[in-house]
Amino acid sequence: MKIGVPKEIHPGEKRVATTPEVAEQLIKLGFEVNIESGAGLAANHSDEAYKEAGCKIRKTAKTLWKNADIILKIRPPEIHPELAIDETQLLSQGGHLISFIWPAQNATLMDQLAARKATVFAMDSVPRISRSQKLDALSSMANIAGYRAVVEAAQHFGRFFTGQITAAGKVPPAKVLVIGAGVAGLAAIGAAKSMGAIVRSFDTRPEVKEQIESMDAEFLMLEFEEDGSGEGGYAKTMSKEFIEAEMALFARQAMEVDIIITTALIPGRPAPELITQGMVESMKPGSVIVDLAAEQGGNCALTEKDKVVVKHGVTLIGYTDLPSRLAAQSSQLYATNLKHLLTELTPEKNGILDVNMQDEVIRGTTVIKDGKITWPPPAPKLSATPKLNNAAPPINIEVEEKPALISDATKQLILLAAIGIALFALGSIAPASFMSHFTVFVLACFIGYQVIWNVSASLHTPLMSVTNAISGIIIIGAVVQISAPGFFITLLSGLAILIAAINIAGGFLVTRRMLEMFRK
Amino acid sequence: MMSQGLVIMSYVIASILFILSLSGLSHPETARRGNYLGMAGMSIAILATLFSDAVDSYVVLIIALAIGGFIGTKAALKVEMTQMPELVALMHSLVGMAAVLVGYANFMDSSNSLVGIEHTIHEVEIYIGVFIGAVTFSGSVIAFGKLCGKIDGKPVLLPGRHWLNLSLFVATFWLAGVFLDGVATGGGTFALILMTLLALTFGVHMVMAIGGADMPVVVSMLNSYSGWAAAATGFMLNNDLLIVTGALVGSSGAILSYIMCKAMNRHFLSVIAGGFGSASGEAATVEGDVAPIENDETVQIINAANNIVIIPGYGMAVAQAQHTVNEITKLLRAKGKNVRFGIHPVAGRMPGHMNVLLAEAKVPYDIVFEMDEINPDFPQTDVTIVIGANDIVNPSALDDPNSPIAGMPVLECWKSTTTIVLKRSMATGYAGVGNPLFIHENTRMLFGDANESMQAVLKSLNA
Repeated sequence: MKIGVPKEIHPGEKRVATTPEVAEQLIKLGFEVNIESGAGLAANHSDEAYKEAGCKIRKTAKTLWKNADIILKIRPPEIHPELAIDETQLLSQGGHLISFIWPAQNATLMDQLAARKATVFAMDSVPRISRSQKLDALSSMANIAGYRAVVEAAQHFGRFFTGQITAAGKVPPAKVLVIGAGVAGLAAIGAAKSMGAIVRSFDTRPEVKEQIESMDAEFLMLEFEEDGSGEGGYAKTMSKEFIEAEMALFARQAMEVDIIITTALIPGRPAPELITQGMVESMKPGSVIVDLAAEQGGNCALTEKDKVVVKHGVTLIGYTDLPSRLAAQSSQLYATNLKHLLTELTPEKNGILDVNMQDEVIRGTTVIKDGKITWPPPAPKLSATPKLNNAAPPINIEVEEKPALISDATKQLILLAAIGIALFALGSIAPASFMSHFTVFVLACFIGYQVIWNVSASLHTPLMSVTNAISGIIIIGAVVQISAPGFFITLLSGLAILIAAINIAGGFLVTRRMLEMFRK
Repeated sequence: MMSQGLVIMSYVIASILFILSLSGLSHPETARRGNYLGMAGMSIAILATLFSDAVDSYVVLIIALAIGGFIGTKAALKVEMTQMPELVALMHSLVGMAAVLVGYANFMDSSNSLVGIEHTIHEVEIYIGVFIGAVTFSGSVIAFGKLCGKIDGKPVLLPGRHWLNLSLFVATFWLAGVFLDGVATGGGTFALILMTLLALTFGVHMVMAIGGADMPVVVSMLNSYSGWAAAATGFMLNNDLLIVTGALVGSSGAILSYIMCKAMNRHFLSVIAGGFGSASGEAATVEGDVAPIENDETVQIINAANNIVIIPGYGMAVAQAQHTVNEITKLLRAKGKNVRFGIHPVAGRMPGHMNVLLAEAKVPYDIVFEMDEINPDFPQTDVTIVIGANDIVNPSALDDPNSPIAGMPVLECWKSTTTIVLKRSMATGYAGVGNPLFIHENTRMLFGDANESMQAVLKSLNA
């Protein structure tokens, strides 16, 4: 089948849905790849590069759409500024479209596409299960947005991120607060941290504490018990008391930090307002707020969508096209996500799409099949956060351990008592000569215990072979016996000496060989 | 001829040397000295005994000593390091055998003049010595067979095996009574032979029921038994040197077994009783996609990494890949990467098996770390390379309470950025449990023979 990649028409959009590198792999899957002339220019991919990869270059958007069975796009279809018709009208009857769609917000678009009898895969509807992570374009884009948010903040922040002590004076490190530690938040933490800032982060979902700390950032604890994990690993709306406690925390932090990056989103709802006007006013002049939720109304009361504004001495960045501002990187990751989806869709690698609605990943991603709207899909079976499952067992273990401890102690006590009684019984009947040997025996056991307990694990094998050699000491028994009268005694003792000697010589020498190898 | 006082003095010195030898082995720096001290102790003990009053016929003695020494030397110089577990198991069986022989010889020796309770105790000592010796012998022979693959590694679980063990024990006790009655009237030989057969059966049955993954415990347990056998012989012959040495070896083996059991989170008794998978409830099945990669992709991942941890398992020993692994390690370290090894206490088929193999390949021991030392570092690790290991890197040991290996501490390699698993196929490990690590999102599978894969990687790294 023929794949078509048009030039993105949304104003300011620089990304492209496939790169020459990925196009080559798509061709290997059996597809023919068509590119609209100049589609990749803004992401640094020339027509020549695509041609070299084996793609066909189509001069105009019209010829491209006409010659393609599968369209790869980034932004949802919209009115084409030059042709003055909607892109949905360009899509061939019964064609396929892979793109961001946002079906919940774009009901009209869905109807238009259904009217074209199209099959549509929405990259924003990929189910959040482990198997589909490689085609999760939302995560790849969020990762880039998080990184870019820090870069934008650095651009508008008047100081270093890292602390320095120079001949010209001391520079304190910048303090960055990241609210919401999803993919974007974690990427922002990583970027800010690597630039040398002090990074703190807050999230309503307690299971991300570990992830935040793994990035070497400080997790701001809220003295409040409530789990904010919703379905599919996203956050949910919290109770009123929780939000009050949370706002108090932000108010305290706002006075202290230099940069705030907010990434708090709840699926299908306007973004929660977390930074009030009062908090912005309380921030130091020159501070920066990057609002990654600007598209959904913003986490900060004062952000303006798609703009950078300065209010009360604080720069508020409300860009909604952060991934597009890193076009080459976003294009590469998005193209790879698409490639993974197409690989899933062509199990035979013959360039023919097989929309297997039994497959959970394909089922979730397909929002329109042959003109029939199939969105929303049934709920996914698995949570994308295995951490949730991990949370339970440790508690169980603690509960179980307590009674076990007591019974262990009792067991030990009973054992010791039993040994004591047995020894006492032995002592009462055994003659003195035996008891003296027995004393030696018990003491030797204890010495062995003391000596061996500290052996480093790497030496367990040499230790075993040397104790094995030493247990060849049984040869002494045989040597003592051999001079006793009687042929059989001599024979048995001689045999015992022979095999014990094997043991002694073999054990010590093999230990020596092994130890020779242990070197620094 | 040496006086009795001198002989005992020599024995005291030999005992001290043995103790110093064992304590020397607790650190790599002093280990070699420890081994030499052990040799010195053994030489003093044997020489002192040879020159004591008790020995006056030398011909058979010297011949046996020479032949035995020769065979032992040959074996020690020839053995491959990967075969160490087999060799050690075989040598344990020799000690057991010697104990049985000495016991019988002593039983036939009518020259001692003990009477009353002392005589009875002496006979009991013979009985116990022969019993432990025989169990050690047959158990070690089976362990040897299992380790070199001559016997199937799977546990053989006879129906009612616990009852069988119990009845064998009861029969042994009953035979002890028969034996003592017989000795009083000058007989008892038949009871002793019958008991020896029972003990041999017992040893075979015990080790047959233990699975391959528990072999490190079995080997060190047999080590312990061989010590107790020597100690029992010491009681029998009134020889303090044998008692001291036997007790040293016995307790050291017991402690090693205990350490191994703790490393697997298993109860000592449940290992000895045999069988695996006593956990109740269904273990979660493992389903999902693995992400296989090729050699060149492996090289890319390794080249991009700075912090690398290598986890070797039994598969590395089987593929003899330790030398190639060392070459790669050297190359990567020369490139300034931080390469370390993480060793699980029960990796391989005997305690410390992996350390010996890495040492043979001349991997410096200060980059080889134990599980507890390396586990906190995984979140900061870029790439973990797992070579032929399975159960010791299984996350379900920690998060699936129904898994047969639940609660066993494991190397938490899935916390590193990427994990590359070298494996021949998707088969399960000795414990027979699926491993969710293989379908973990950060895991890449490199299928094929570990040595061939590693050699290909080495070649591309060099290029």
